[in-house]
Amino acid sequence: MTFNTFLRHLREGAKNVFRNGWMSVASIVSIIVSLFILGVFILLVLNVNAVADKADKQVQIRAYLNLNVDQKLREAVQKEIAAMPEVSKIDFISKEQGLDDFRKSMGEEGKDLLEGFDKDNNPLPDAFKIEVYEPTTVPFVAKKIEALNTTHTEQQPIMKVKYGKGTIETLFKVTRAVRNIGFIFVAGLALMSMFLISNTIRVTILARRREIGIMKLVGATNTFIRWPFFVEGTLIGLIGSLITLLLLFVGYDRLAASVGSDISLQMSLLPVSDLWQWGGLLLILGVLIGMWGTTLSIRKFLKV
Amino acid sequence: MIEMQDVWKTYPNGTHALQGVSVKIDRNEFVYVVGPSGAGKSTFMKLIYREEVPTKGQISVNGFNIGKLKQRKIPYVRRNIGVIFQDFRLLPRLTAYENVAFAMEVIEAPKRQMKKRVMEVLDLVGLKSKANRQPAQLSGGEQQRIAIARAIVNNPSVIIADEPTGNLDPETSWGIMQLLDEINFRGTTIVMATHNKDIVNTMRKRVIAIEQGNIVRDQLRGEYGYDF
Repeated sequence: MTFNTFLRHLREGAKNVFRNGWMSVASIVSIIVSLFILGVFILLVLNVNAVADKADKQVQIRAYLNLNVDQKLREAVQKEIAAMPEVSKIDFISKEQGLDDFRKSMGEEGKDLLEGFDKDNNPLPDAFKIEVYEPTTVPFVAKKIEALNTTHTEQQPIMKVKYGKGTIETLFKVTRAVRNIGFIFVAGLALMSMFLISNTIRVTILARRREIGIMKLVGATNTFIRWPFFVEGTLIGLIGSLITLLLLFVGYDRLAASVGSDISLQMSLLPVSDLWQWGGLLLILGVLIGMWGTTLSIRKFLKV
Repeated sequence: MIEMQDVWKTYPNGTHALQGVSVKIDRNEFVYVVGPSGAGKSTFMKLIYREEVPTKGQISVNGFNIGKLKQRKIPYVRRNIGVIFQDFRLLPRLTAYENVAFAMEVIEAPKRQMKKRVMEVLDLVGLKSKANRQPAQLSGGEQQRIAIARAIVNNPSVIIADEPTGNLDPETSWGIMQLLDEINFRGTTIVMATHNKDIVNTMRKRVIAIEQGNIVRDQLRGEYGYDF
C-alpha cells in the first residue's frame, strides 16, 4: 500500500462517519451506553474494594489477660504470640492505658460514669492488641491464642480473646461476593456491548452492500475495501469512548466532591488520579470494539 | 482475447443458463449479444468478468484462465475489464469526478496522473463541466456517461456492457452508442448485450444470438433478428 493510498483510506473512513450520519450516531450512542454502564460498575467495584481493604486492615484481635498474670508470664505469652507466622504486630496495653483509652473514647458522657476509677481501682484487665497480615486468618489466630491456656497449665494467662466475631466474618463474605459478582457483571457487559456494536455496524454495512459490490466490480481488493471501514469503526469507537470518559469523569468528580464534603459519612471515594489506567482501559476497549465490530461484520459481504 | 470452449453454466436452482457455448472474440471487435430474456445473455457476460464461474468448460480473457482464477487474483483481472450496466451502478455518495477517480485509486495510481486522466475521460464523455455533481443530480444519460468514463479510465482492453441503453430514451441511447463506437475505434474490444433493435440494425457490428443457453447465430455485420 502506498502512503497516498493509506491517506486515502484515513480520509474515506473519516468521511464515512459523517456520510452515514444517524447510523454513526447510533453506533456511537450504543458504545457510550455500554461503556458507561461498564465504567459505572468498574468504579463501584473499585470503591467497594477500597472500602473492604480499609475494613480488612482495621481488623485486630484483643486478648485480655487474667488479672493475676505476672510480668514474666506476660512477656512469655507476648513472645509466643509474636512468634506466630500470621501475626504482623503485637502491642501491650496495660490496664492503665486501657482505662485512659476508654475515657477518651467515652468523652464527656463517660466522665461521670468512670468517676472513681483510677490507678488503684481499675476494673480493666491488661491486654494485647494483635494485628495479622491476612485478615482472613483472624478467627484462626484467635483460636491459637486461646489455646495458650492449654500449654500454660499451672497458670492460665488468657481471660478472653475478642475480635468482633460475626461482624468480621459477614464483612468478608459481603466484600468477596461484591468483588466476584462485580467482575462477572463487568465481563458480561463487555461482551454484550461488543455484540450490540457489531450489530449496529452490521446494519450500516448492510446498507452499503451494493456499494461494496460496485467496488469489487471496479477491481478493488478486499483489503482496499476493508480499510476505510476499519478506520471508520476505529473512529466511532474512539469518539464513543472519549465521550463516555468525559461523562464518567464529570459525574464521578461531582459525586466525589459531594461525598467528600459530607463529614458524617466517614468515607471518601477514590481520587480520580488513582483511576486513569481504568480510563485508558475503557478507551482501548471502545476502540477495539469499534475495530472488531467492523471487521467482523464486513467479512461476509466481501465474497462477490 | 476472449475465448470460450464448451462452456456450461448450471445455477444451484437447476437452471441451465449456458449449455456448451464456444466462441472467440478478437481484439478490437465490437460484438452485440442478443436474444430473448432469460436466454443466457447475462450469464454469458458475467462469466467474462468473473462474477460467475463456469460449471464446465474453459474461458480465457486476456490470457487468464477465468474459471481457475484464485479468489485474490480476481480484482487484478477485473482491472483490465471495464463494466457498464443498465442501472449505471455509480457510488451514490461520491461526485462524478470521485466515481471515476475511484477506479484509479483502486489501482493506486499516482495522484497527479489521476487528476489529469480523470479530467481527460470526463472530457471525452462530455461531462467535464459536471464533475462535481453527485449521481442523483445527473440525468440517466449523464450517469451512464460517468459509468463509461469509469469503465475506460484505466485503459482496459475490453468493455463489457450489459444493456447500457436499457434505461435510456432513444436519443440519449444514440449518444451513448456513439461514445462506445468512439471507444471501440480507439482500440478497446466491446461486448454489449442489448434488446435495442434499432441500434443493432443501424450500427452494424458482429451479432451473437443466444437462445436457451446456446449460440444460435454468429454473424459479422448482422441483424437483430427478433421482433421485440
